[in-house]
Amino acid sequence: MRNARTPAASAALRHAGLSRRGFLEASGALIVSFSLERTSLAQFGGPSLGSPAIDQLDSWIAIAADGSITAYSGKEELGQGIATAQQQLIAEELSVPFASVRLIYCDTALTPDQAYTSGSQSHPANFNHANLAQAGATARRAILQLAAQRLQVPMDQLTAENGFVTFIADPTKKVSYGDLVGGKRFHLALDPKVPRKPASQWKVLGKPVPRPDLPALTTAQFEFVHNVRLPGMLHGQVIRPPAVGATLVSVDESSVRGLPGILKVVVRKNFVGVVAAKPWQAIQAARKLNVVWTPGIGLPRQSDFYDSLRKQPSRDNMLVDSQDVDHKFSEAAAVLKATYHHPYQMHGSMGSSCAVADVQGDKATLWSPTQGVWYQKTTVAMLLGLKPENVHVIFRRGSGCYGLNGADTVTYDAALLSQAAGKPMRVQLTRKDEMAWENYGNAFVIDQRAALDSEDNIIAWDHEAWSASYGNRPGPGTPGNVITGLLAGFEPDPFTPRPAAPPRAYNNNSNGVPSYVRGCVGGACGGTGTIASERALVHTVKSPFWTGPLRSPARLQNTFAHESFMDELAAKAKADPVAYRLRHLSHPRLADVLKSAAKAANWQTRPSPNGAKSSNGIASGRGIACVAYEGDNGYSALVAEVEVHQDTGRIAVKRLVCAADCGPVSNPDGLRNQMEGGALQGMSRALLEEVTWDDQKVTSIDWRTYHTVPLGFDIPQVECVLLNRPDEEATGAGELSITVVAAALGNAVFDATGARLRQVPFTPERVKAALSG
Amino acid sequence: MSAVALKVNGRSHTIDADPSTPLLYVLSDDLQLQGPKFGCGLGQCGACTVICKGQAIRSCITPVSSVAESEITTLEGLGSIDKPHAIQRAFIEEQAAQCGFCLNGVILTAKAFLDKNPKASSDQIRQAVSNVLCRCFTNVRMLRAIERYQQELAQ
Repeated sequence: MRNARTPAASAALRHAGLSRRGFLEASGALIVSFSLERTSLAQFGGPSLGSPAIDQLDSWIAIAADGSITAYSGKEELGQGIATAQQQLIAEELSVPFASVRLIYCDTALTPDQAYTSGSQSHPANFNHANLAQAGATARRAILQLAAQRLQVPMDQLTAENGFVTFIADPTKKVSYGDLVGGKRFHLALDPKVPRKPASQWKVLGKPVPRPDLPALTTAQFEFVHNVRLPGMLHGQVIRPPAVGATLVSVDESSVRGLPGILKVVVRKNFVGVVAAKPWQAIQAARKLNVVWTPGIGLPRQSDFYDSLRKQPSRDNMLVDSQDVDHKFSEAAAVLKATYHHPYQMHGSMGSSCAVADVQGDKATLWSPTQGVWYQKTTVAMLLGLKPENVHVIFRRGSGCYGLNGADTVTYDAALLSQAAGKPMRVQLTRKDEMAWENYGNAFVIDQRAALDSEDNIIAWDHEAWSASYGNRPGPGTPGNVITGLLAGFEPDPFTPRPAAPPRAYNNNSNGVPSYVRGCVGGACGGTGTIASERALVHTVKSPFWTGPLRSPARLQNTFAHESFMDELAAKAKADPVAYRLRHLSHPRLADVLKSAAKAANWQTRPSPNGAKSSNGIASGRGIACVAYEGDNGYSALVAEVEVHQDTGRIAVKRLVCAADCGPVSNPDGLRNQMEGGALQGMSRALLEEVTWDDQKVTSIDWRTYHTVPLGFDIPQVECVLLNRPDEEATGAGELSITVVAAALGNAVFDATGARLRQVPFTPERVKAALSG
Repeated sequence: MSAVALKVNGRSHTIDADPSTPLLYVLSDDLQLQGPKFGCGLGQCGACTVICKGQAIRSCITPVSSVAESEITTLEGLGSIDKPHAIQRAFIEEQAAQCGFCLNGVILTAKAFLDKNPKASSDQIRQAVSNVLCRCFTNVRMLRAIERYQQELAQ
């Protein structure tokens, strides 16, 4: 059965964004032919070579003659549940059942270009008054207008429900969407003035609709990018350098000659790969290929790495500066200082990254788990020397993403090897190649300093951070921002040290500014707190390792420092940590999540540490942390309850209680799933995760050397309070809980023991050192 | 290369493969099964799990010759979209997935354990799945789904 399709039919189905099963389930052929029409235009030239125009309704929604609805989105499903929510959104705006909508996302030939799916941007981008949501509203009004003409009834006397528009006074007068629109284009621009359906009328959106991909996922019928198979497809493996900065000296092709299945050795500058008929043959050939490299450039010692960050040329950015901070410190009743350290951490996706490429002559088609299909299109074109319009990138889900894992780089690997072999190519990285060369979440050193008045109110807050950066997402024109691009001869974004310029507008996108200051720039204040004297200065230095966005990039590291330090300040003031936070907060939504989490956790109001004597060597405590994610893109708080085993230094997390406000809740169960997963991923990162290296190379290269919390290990109870705000704008949701976990855990350990943890991860050794210090 | 006979999901296959080839590659490439997946190739994460003679084994480090003639069950061998197995149904009912890549290892490891130890305590279940990873950290729901399956077994 599996190969019953002809290659052409397979290709057509793939272009249409449908699996074989999807094809069988589709309500009819019309929707497929509609999609194919788009594809054929895109493939064979003409005005729609690029992606569908973002301001045109037809780019977002199509209604076939049988009434079935297809929505096209530039925001993809990575496992975060956004596809379900988008399907709900269109079902809601068009008043049809959830299952009547088919959603196609992130295909450069089919869907509008929405840049990346990243950074908690999908919910705000597509659920407010632009893009997909506004397409839904515009389509709904267009359908009502068409029905008014058809039925000769004023529009305000019509109701749309279940795929039909009905005359309210005489329900026998009705017409289906298929009859009104079927197969034709709307030829309308998105109209920003058309009102969205009010939340009070929602029947599908805002409900806990189950994810439609789970039946296929649980029964192995779901097609991950790892499962994409093309006729005649070969398998590639790459050979990465043995040390950071090593370059290629020579490749001895005779070392793999005669191995079974081996077809080609590919070398391009420092990029080396092998091509074989089968994956296992390619892996064996990659192991046996004799490659000579120069020595690496040498790596800084890990033991004093944090201190070295302060001593390098830096690119500086001043986020806020009230110009009076030093003066306030000079007249303070008390001053508190602390320094926090956060390591490089990995995405460490469970499945190593995989991509499939089919480069034929001057055209290329790629199946990629990238977060940015449109930037893969332009950068793969650069890599292969093709015209961007001849590169077609189709998103296929990879193994959980969490940011810039190996997805982009492996897509380049597959593209290079396919071009060299002239055949369709699948590449899946080895575990070591995934972990040793991915773009890690940045390491940070963060100095915190606060001035207190005689009543222990905070009167000035000074934040200064150093982080190390190298490479990034490739963007539209920098394939050298990931390892394969560099090896193939492209440079990453240049690093140019420069002093900080005065801030021009308030922007707390990286959460460099603590929640408790006013955030005033140029007379306008965008912060969430009351402290008027404020400074936040960020230094970026060049990293020896690749870096890039990892779930809550910089926001998590900064929040760890701010929220741990706030706890230190509360302790110094002998104040309850919740009450002390509220004393310095001005933003009602941030205050609400803080109070909600505390209430749900049955928070006992008192200062930390709790001072309880432990009779059995196990000390218990609770801690809290909160954040306005990116300053204004969602509000989150979390209470952690821990037990600290004082003899071993082990932290057992017993309970995590989170509260989230992301505006209107689009799918409460999906949001809960994100909050729970974020809370536990945050726990794993806080307790265990750290990239390690020696003088030449990264040494955390598998699950024995990079530690993570496994499925059954000491999993705490996790509870979440969702604050639904249907009248507010939709904000980000996916990074709300993870951002506050490390601080909440560290604060809980302090509450239990009086020992302060200022370096992530909180390994037993570090806990014991803090306990004895 | 030599002919290797395999019984997978109730069907017999003869595969031309080097006997030392890990079972995973034969299942995912030669037989094009989607359940067993490459996660680490080192037997550390569970993505490649299959059930062989009632045991959950790591197919990425199991030479194909060592399981010739043994009955092998993969995730697709349990149930289908239309007729999911009880444990698959439990995961759907609990909405216990994010990206879903780890489901293969989680479901098969839990099933093999509970089928042999239907009265296992919650701690024993946690112990049994403590060598499986989920990097989206859907742990809470997955443990709930596994216990839901255990309750169904008891009925």
